[in-house]
Amino acid sequence: MSTEFDVVVIGAGPGGYVAAIRASQLGLKTAIIEREALGGICLNWGCIPTKALLKSGEIYEQLSHLGGYGLSVEKASFDFAKIIDRSRGVAKTMSSGIAFLMKKHKIEVVEGEAKLEKGSPSPKVVVALKAGGSRTIQAKSVILASGARAREIAAIGAVSDGDKIWTYRDALAPKTMPKSLVVIGSGAIGIEFASFYRALGAEVTVVEAVDRIMPVEDAEVSKAAQKAFEKRGITFRIGAKVTKVEKTKDGVSVAIEVGGKAETLTAAVCIVAVGIAPNTEGLDAIGLNMDRGHVVTGKHGETNVPGLYAIGDAAGPPWLAHKASHEGIHAAEHIAGYKTPAVNSPIPGCTYANPQVASVGMTEAAAKAAGIDVKAGRFPFRVNGKAVAAGEIEGFVKTVFDGKTGALIGAHMIGHEVTEMIQGFVTAITLEATEEDLHGIVYAHPTMSEAMHEAALDAYGRVLHI
Amino acid sequence: MSIDILMPALSPTMEEGTLAKWHVKVGDTVKAGDVIAEIETDKATMEVEAVDEGVVEAILVDAGTENVKVNALIAKLAGEGESPAPPPAKAAPAAEAPKAAPAPAAPVQVAGETAAPAKPAPAAAQSTAQAGDRVFASPLARRLASAANLDLKAIAGTGPHGRVVKADVEAAQKGGATAKAAPASAPAAGSTAAAAPRAHLSLEQQGIPAGSYDLVPLDGMRKTIARRLTDSFRDVPHFPLTIDLEIDALLAARGKINSLLADQGVKVSVNDIIIKAVAVALKRVPEANASYTPEGIAMHHHADIAVAVAIDGGLITPIVRAAETKGLAQISAEVKDLAARAKSKKLKPEEFQGGTFSVSNLGMFGIKAFASIINEPQGAIMSVGAGEQRAVVKDGQLAVATVMTVTLTCDHRVVDGAIGAKFLAAFKPLIEEPLTLIV
Repeated sequence: MSTEFDVVVIGAGPGGYVAAIRASQLGLKTAIIEREALGGICLNWGCIPTKALLKSGEIYEQLSHLGGYGLSVEKASFDFAKIIDRSRGVAKTMSSGIAFLMKKHKIEVVEGEAKLEKGSPSPKVVVALKAGGSRTIQAKSVILASGARAREIAAIGAVSDGDKIWTYRDALAPKTMPKSLVVIGSGAIGIEFASFYRALGAEVTVVEAVDRIMPVEDAEVSKAAQKAFEKRGITFRIGAKVTKVEKTKDGVSVAIEVGGKAETLTAAVCIVAVGIAPNTEGLDAIGLNMDRGHVVTGKHGETNVPGLYAIGDAAGPPWLAHKASHEGIHAAEHIAGYKTPAVNSPIPGCTYANPQVASVGMTEAAAKAAGIDVKAGRFPFRVNGKAVAAGEIEGFVKTVFDGKTGALIGAHMIGHEVTEMIQGFVTAITLEATEEDLHGIVYAHPTMSEAMHEAALDAYGRVLHI
Repeated sequence: MSIDILMPALSPTMEEGTLAKWHVKVGDTVKAGDVIAEIETDKATMEVEAVDEGVVEAILVDAGTENVKVNALIAKLAGEGESPAPPPAKAAPAAEAPKAAPAPAAPVQVAGETAAPAKPAPAAAQSTAQAGDRVFASPLARRLASAANLDLKAIAGTGPHGRVVKADVEAAQKGGATAKAAPASAPAAGSTAAAAPRAHLSLEQQGIPAGSYDLVPLDGMRKTIARRLTDSFRDVPHFPLTIDLEIDALLAARGKINSLLADQGVKVSVNDIIIKAVAVALKRVPEANASYTPEGIAMHHHADIAVAVAIDGGLITPIVRAAETKGLAQISAEVKDLAARAKSKKLKPEEFQGGTFSVSNLGMFGIKAFASIINEPQGAIMSVGAGEQRAVVKDGQLAVATVMTVTLTCDHRVVDGAIGAKFLAAFKPLIEEPLTLIV
């Protein structure tokens, strides 16, 4: 069968559409298949619309602290429907931006749901078209970027009903503001929704199975985050196992077990945020190697099936948009025969709650477990001039160095807009900076970034402002 | 008038070093070329040679002194008679210089460099300053290299724009091949020279005047050949094994094959049969079908035979993949196709990169025997000489046979002498009794 395209990308999320653009830049004739909306979960139901909600929540929360700045407003209030509308509008704006990008790069967008069948030189892509009918596409290469969806646990009733038991998707566009919530899971998604709904005044309880919240973060950050969220009125149940989620007449009841004791939490709504499930069903039909639902890939995203690449959430954790984009670029370049420069960048992680949490590289505990002779430094925003002036003194910056080589191997932050600061350390680790570089770099004054300098100095006993 | 001897710079980046040892004492007479001292940096130990004749008048820096700055005064020579000037200049450009400028110091010559720096002033520093460019390396790579006593210049960078990154230093540490250990004492000028970046002396500096030759620019292929073969010859511990093969039966078989299959367009060459026999022998002695890597010895699954093809401006080695699985007719057809496309420079990279064993044949030029340079990362390369009638002794009688000499160059890190010999022992009967190739 003759090939119609050089590359067909399945899924137009941040992995897929970026892969398609890169493929097109490299002169490959490219098509992209999307069953729902360009931009995928990220733009439509994830990263972007949640940031819109969180901004509304953050401003509203600030209004109640205006006195400290010498300001006051007459009775702050909000219109929940308008907050949701704004978030949906932001998503729509971004999604139509992707449509423009596809057109600009002459990428054919095929609307429909794709299925893979055996084919040569790459699997055949059979698309059930949105407009009806089907279309079979044979390309030289296929990039599977099918993404993931919320993980639901049917055995305990943790399954969305679109009404009282929510996943992220329901939580992004509810009809009414819930009075109370139980959030199952304290990862980035759970914490962001907890933070948003709490900012608007909901009673929020977060249930976490392990013994600390935000378990992927450094233990000190987990602790500070719990304190900061509790200060805002969020309740945490840690080390708590959810045994049953049930709908009741006026809401939900969530049965949990803490330290062997059973308990029941009640609320108007429950949000299930216990991770994701990859959209990879039916792929064994073409003999694809899988590992716990994720496609097994090589370092360029190649799979065991000739001509098939997999990237992003479908290819395994971390389930982050920027990781998917990075892999998409790499796969497209590999297909085009372009030699991708060996840039070894760590993948940062950000949570946009109030306060924000951002991290990259190893936690102190992970580094110690790996047998590294760790040198760690910390610096609190409480004594940073810019933070004090801005009234944003919560949180700190922590650095983790390999004491033997002086290499920065991890950085962890909690505080105001730290998600914008983490990039400095991502760059540093990528360029293989040592403590001497980080000590010698000039930081603009006054900025909260100066805390990054101090945290690097502190690891070597040279902190200046404590 | 006495001559100052200054601390030389052993590399462009050297700022200071340790004066490890004096080979002379006050009152000694030295002549140009005598080793007078040893200098250590974090990278290497080097010998310092005198450029002028004279009697050591004073030693101003004791042996074992650390952190001696480049161009610091370390000793004085009393010139014999009135010979204070810089080196007796042979070359025309140098002749002007001594007159034009005062000569405060006698340049010292770093062992291993063949020409004396002709400029006055802090000559030693300048003579080496032109060698080597800035090395792009990450801060961590610099630190790791310095801790492991590795020279960044000797490490191939895999980062963006060839930047040396942590992984490269770690690979060099594991491999050891690119490590440039400082010799504890430098026994010979040659060995110390190897430790320093190779100085690029112009032909003029080496006595070949400008205008007496035409310069053909280096193209990509020439640069690749120069780099790959220099690296291989220098870094791979190689040795040759030579064997004579009688090929009368092979020539007869070839004639028969070609006459019987002429109507099918089959025309098998001796080289095609050698490729097939090499592949079969490699399957029988898989240790010879191997590559050295820092992580371990890669035992290749297939005999991918790279065939050296001379082309305009150089040579290239297209590959017959999995030759052990292919018949002679197919090998012959593939080699013809690859060679034709090699000559028109239409080979794809995957067609000439990544073989597991090479065959180079100069028999058609009448070369009797030669030893090729290992085609890295392959473990061995076979050099095939001309088939010619030679007198051989059979059962105590002189006889005439067509004999061909082949030489196997082996990478001793993977193919030891006994392995190479075992391979040749497997190869020999396949050539001498080509019928056995069928089974």
